[in-house]
Amino acid sequence: MPKSKSAYSIPGKIGKTERHIIVVWVDNEAGVLARIAGLFSGRGYNIESLAVAEVDKKKHISRITIVTEGTPQVIEQINLQLKKLIPVHKVADFKSGEKDILFRELALFKMLANSKKQEKIKKMCKKFNLVVLDKTKKSFVIQVTALRAEIDKLALDLKRYGLISTSRTGSVAMTKGAKIFN
Amino acid sequence: MSKLISGAEIVFKALEDQKVEYIFGYPGGAVLPIYDELKNHKSVKHILARHEQGAGHAAEGYARSSGKPGVLLVTSGPGATNAVTALTDAYMDSVPLVCISGQVPTHLIGTDAFQECDTTGITRPCTKHNWLVKDVNDLSRVLHLAFEVATTGRPGPVLVDIPKDVQFKKGKYKFIKNSLKKKLNGKVTQKLSNNELDKFIDLMKKSSKPIFYTGGGVINSGPDASKYLRELVSLTGFPITSTLQGLGAYPGDDPQFLGMLGMHGTFEANNAMHDCDLMINIGARFDDRITGKVDEFSPKSKKIHVDIDPSSIGKNIKVDLAVVSDVAELLKNLIKRFKEKNKNFLNSNKQKTSKWWEQIDKWREKKSLNFINSNKIIKPQHAVQRLYELTKDQDTFITTEVGQHQMWAAQHYKFNKPNRWMTSGGLGTMGYGLPAAIGVQIANPGKLVVDIAGEASVLMTMQEMSTAVQYRLPIKIFILNNEYMGMVRQWQELLHEKNYSESYTAALPDFVKLAESYGCVGIRAKTPDELDEKIKEMIGVQKPVIFDCVVDKSENCFPMIPSGKPHNQMILGPEEDEEISDEGKILV
Repeated sequence: MPKSKSAYSIPGKIGKTERHIIVVWVDNEAGVLARIAGLFSGRGYNIESLAVAEVDKKKHISRITIVTEGTPQVIEQINLQLKKLIPVHKVADFKSGEKDILFRELALFKMLANSKKQEKIKKMCKKFNLVVLDKTKKSFVIQVTALRAEIDKLALDLKRYGLISTSRTGSVAMTKGAKIFN
Repeated sequence: MSKLISGAEIVFKALEDQKVEYIFGYPGGAVLPIYDELKNHKSVKHILARHEQGAGHAAEGYARSSGKPGVLLVTSGPGATNAVTALTDAYMDSVPLVCISGQVPTHLIGTDAFQECDTTGITRPCTKHNWLVKDVNDLSRVLHLAFEVATTGRPGPVLVDIPKDVQFKKGKYKFIKNSLKKKLNGKVTQKLSNNELDKFIDLMKKSSKPIFYTGGGVINSGPDASKYLRELVSLTGFPITSTLQGLGAYPGDDPQFLGMLGMHGTFEANNAMHDCDLMINIGARFDDRITGKVDEFSPKSKKIHVDIDPSSIGKNIKVDLAVVSDVAELLKNLIKRFKEKNKNFLNSNKQKTSKWWEQIDKWREKKSLNFINSNKIIKPQHAVQRLYELTKDQDTFITTEVGQHQMWAAQHYKFNKPNRWMTSGGLGTMGYGLPAAIGVQIANPGKLVVDIAGEASVLMTMQEMSTAVQYRLPIKIFILNNEYMGMVRQWQELLHEKNYSESYTAALPDFVKLAESYGCVGIRAKTPDELDEKIKEMIGVQKPVIFDCVVDKSENCFPMIPSGKPHNQMILGPEEDEEISDEGKILV
């Protein structure tokens, strides 16, 4: 491609993107999720997954965990823009794969499977904290908690075992050891 | 226990405690209880606009020329949606506005009621924050918080949406201050340590090709910031350039000032930005009209960026030293430290930067703002220059619309004080100048307020002349009338094979007669000979004036960095016109 000489509105070089997990503490008030989601969509950032729940009933604080991808510059902007929002108390940011952080996602799978298949499924899911939630002669509902990639793979594998419905949460995160997010 | 009062009364109590003198607005069904209460609060005066957008820009003009927040009162539905342009404009240009909007009663919210819209939803991306107040007991807290959010940190607009039943309901009023302390976008005057200040000063000492690049943040920081800026620039002997929004922070006629930079900035300012070895950005935001192609922006320089908004730093351009601070605070400490440590800086530095100044003088010799004048037809640049010469001896406030006339005003009108220049830079809102002038005149009674306008822009909010007449605001609407949307025409000439698609305005009104029908004064100037007399006549009139200055229809705004050219290659005038590559044409 010929080198462009234009002075205006040429996209700059796009750096390498990284996956980050951003944890946000917010006041649990009306519209707060729209503010966060609107910030991402309005500025062209990407949300891969999102998990939200109130974690402090007294102070009405919710903890939002967002998985996103972007260049280091974009990730920095996401952090700074989030901090500017009035209902946001604090923001913590982790690069995917960091050692000190634990991540988990939860998934529910429903299979049409007879008892023989059900046994196989149980074996496959053993290391993912399997919980059997419901079973009939023909159907099987299980819960697993694992990393994103593991669940991705599991969902693929379970297709052969009559998977008919999948429900997944976004990722949640916590630091290892006695340390907490600051 | 404190007395219970209605929500509408709480609104005014809060306005009184915030020392609000003027509100700009337009009544409607969902704000009637507030309008009903207006008569009981004599210290708050209401200015009735003719359209909510006009009310919003007037509030902006008021805020920018006074340093106080502008207050806007609109009804639900169309009242709120009409205000959106003004809110977005204020958001882009960091103008503190508090917009109070009526909403349908809480029990009707979500039913698609008459004049209902999701106001907080619509205005979420164009305000710093907004609130829907469903409980009258939250109202006083929210209103005071709204003022605080609007005016602290990087200023901006906020909106408080109040359902009609909440305006009627009785509740407690309490003046609550300072609930935002912890916030990053509150005024964190992160005090710099001496160590950090020394780093700053060290960069300045090492530089042989420095430049100050200053912006609207200096104006927003208050008059002290401009004072300190002048002191620092004179202490260092460095050249200084300013963005569109920063004009007036540093005297426009000072020899150290290189003029405005950017797309229509001067040759010397843009080249100095490109070739410098140290760029000191104070309160500007590396906007795309300034940087052009970011990969090739000022490639050899170290960059310092001072901004109160941490998210402005590193957003477009990576910098070497980031300083999150209020401008005045930073400059004050920096100057103090500078004086302690570098008594002889100016002398030793003069030698170091003498080559740099020589180079700048060479660029200056190009006289990039020159134009070919005429004695038959009024050149728009000439009109602005004459206006400047005839108004510079009094304290004049200039607003503009958006387009060629705006750039000519920025290039040829020299500002010496902050808060004298009100223009829509970020959003580029045609129709901003006339209502803004109304707000400016209200904040500055007795002062000369001129809207340098284009005929296309000014027609977008022309209805506000009626407001000016009603409140006897002697604003001067100085229209550079070329019958075209000039900037659109210019781009079509340079980039679209002179296909003047829809940029000519047929059936323009007779502006003199239009002025008369509004009950103000219309003046027309057609030749350069009569221009001065007519301008003097305009200044002398104690009423609003529409001045129809008939100018050259085909004049283009130069210098210009065209699409398809690197930043340090500007078109200086029509004689240098060159072909622009096909590639360049698709760019905005």
